[in-house]
Amino acid sequence: MSPANYLLLSALLFSIGAIGVLVRRNAIVVFMCVEMMLNAVNLSLVTFARMNGALDGQVMAFFVMVVAAAEVVVGLAIIMSIFRTRRSSSIDDANLLKY
Amino acid sequence: MTPLTVPEINYGALLPLLIILGAACIAVLLEAFLPRHQRWPSQVVLSVVAIAAAGVALGVHASGTTAEDLTAVGETNAVTIAGALSVDRPAMFLWGTLLALGLASVLLIADRSVEPGGAIVASAMERAAVGGGKPVSAAPGTSEDRGYGAPDQAPTMQTEVFPLMLFALGGMMTFVAANDLLTMFIALEVLSLPLYLMCGLARRRRLLSQEAAVKYFLLGAFASAFFLYGLALIYGYSGTIRFAEISDSLATSTRSDSLLFAGLALLVVGLLFKGSVAPFHTWTPDVYQGAPTPVTAFMAACTKVAAFGGIARVLYVAFGDARWDWTPVLWVVAVISMVVGAVLGLAQTDVKRMIAYSSIAHAGFILLGAMAVTEEGVSGTLFYLLAYGFTTIAVFGVISLVRDADGEATAMSRWAGLAKRSPVLAGVMTFLLLALAGIPLTSGFTSKFAVFSAALGAGGAVLVVIALVASAVAAFFYLRLVVLMYFSEPPADGPSVVVPGAFTTVAITLGVLVTLLLGVLPTLALGWAGSGGFVG
Repeated sequence: MSPANYLLLSALLFSIGAIGVLVRRNAIVVFMCVEMMLNAVNLSLVTFARMNGALDGQVMAFFVMVVAAAEVVVGLAIIMSIFRTRRSSSIDDANLLKY
Repeated sequence: MTPLTVPEINYGALLPLLIILGAACIAVLLEAFLPRHQRWPSQVVLSVVAIAAAGVALGVHASGTTAEDLTAVGETNAVTIAGALSVDRPAMFLWGTLLALGLASVLLIADRSVEPGGAIVASAMERAAVGGGKPVSAAPGTSEDRGYGAPDQAPTMQTEVFPLMLFALGGMMTFVAANDLLTMFIALEVLSLPLYLMCGLARRRRLLSQEAAVKYFLLGAFASAFFLYGLALIYGYSGTIRFAEISDSLATSTRSDSLLFAGLALLVVGLLFKGSVAPFHTWTPDVYQGAPTPVTAFMAACTKVAAFGGIARVLYVAFGDARWDWTPVLWVVAVISMVVGAVLGLAQTDVKRMIAYSSIAHAGFILLGAMAVTEEGVSGTLFYLLAYGFTTIAVFGVISLVRDADGEATAMSRWAGLAKRSPVLAGVMTFLLLALAGIPLTSGFTSKFAVFSAALGAGGAVLVVIALVASAVAAFFYLRLVVLMYFSEPPADGPSVVVPGAFTTVAITLGVLVTLLLGVLPTLALGWAGSGGFVG
């Protein structure tokens, strides 16, 4: 199978993630969509590494995984802290700052 | 199997970065092992000493290397650790700027006299315990009631903010020196993640602060995903992520150009988000308003420096040869940013939000310099970042001093007649606002002159005209605040002006002095900013 198909799949996953960030209302789900975008990029990276016949794309995917893990730690901490004060994780409820 | 070759590491060049990141790790250990009442003094001393030591190391390295050394083959070359970082003249200038701004921010964050006990607290329970409100559950004398600090001492602040700040500073320094896209991405995360946390730590107005943190985090993570996808597409196009090699591949790559353009567009979206350039600015006003003011000062000044340092390097070193393809797009972006910042700034009723919109307009001006791929463009951008950073830090320092019973009085109407209550503070604020507006004899004028003339030299006459109109519009809302302070009657229950402690005084004085010096005697700093170009 041509590696280009994997690039299409990756673009599709990235778009699904991006649309999810824009339309979903729960902070946790929005955050999962961001993670999905990062993992779509990982698929692109390893596919390009295969197409270029080099290993560096695969190594980059490891870096991305570590960053994604660090982001989860920080993100869940922030979402938890606002959940404790508001008892809600909907991003529509956080509307004090505007205009 | 081919043997691995050990990359050359130029420790002299990297020393400032290593000191900052090392100090951040030590600060985490201090936080873990010291008793509470010793944490604040030791963290402050560690942060200040580390930044000062990094500054000295940077000074020694910068004065010990010549421009020839930086481009020579061998271990004096600016590019080090296997091509991951490039400590060239612009990187050194930006490191110096970041360290100086970082020092001023540490002082603002560490101050405990303006907000009793410091402005930074982690959770609602502790806020109650340190005296910001009634204790929620604890009876007097229990450990909850004692909260932070020794029992007989003023309650202290959450000191985790110091290691977070040092990590963010280290990330920013890596970001401006990054010589490949992966290093840049990691640095972007290292600088962003601590900032997301720091936004949510305000002692007062917790909901605003936490809301700012959530918004900044979700939008920031979204933007860094775009940056990363851009990285992947560029890697697919050129087979490498090193800036200099990407530049070579622009002429030789056999892959489709749409990979390049899509990748570059996504990459630039991620970077412009960090620089708060409209139309990627929507987080800026909310986060600036919601975050604790000392943290806003750090974020506004240092993030801007890091983001535009990175943008200038990427555009200049990696994509300079494709400039005819991206310049028109960035023109539009710069115009949108200047117009949005200046026009929406007119409608603001909150001082912190107004400065946020002003920062969006300024981001447009800086972009003028950063997208002129010339020596003057680079030096103008660097100078602008230095000048803007110090003015902004001092502005937020002043904002944190105007307070009433609920904390900072940031509503603009509360500032009416402030000159009658505190002529000194109103005078300082007026000077800083004039600098932001770009009046001669302030750094705002010289820096605007530097970037506008660079943009003119790069063929952007129309853009410069639009920029001048936008700065005139923006001057209106700065002057509106000045008029409000001087020519209206103070309300009877108006806010009081806190006499700042030594830390805040030093930070504001530093900002004001640099703003004045760069306006009156800009030659020295302009010489440093123009002492050499990027080495890829």
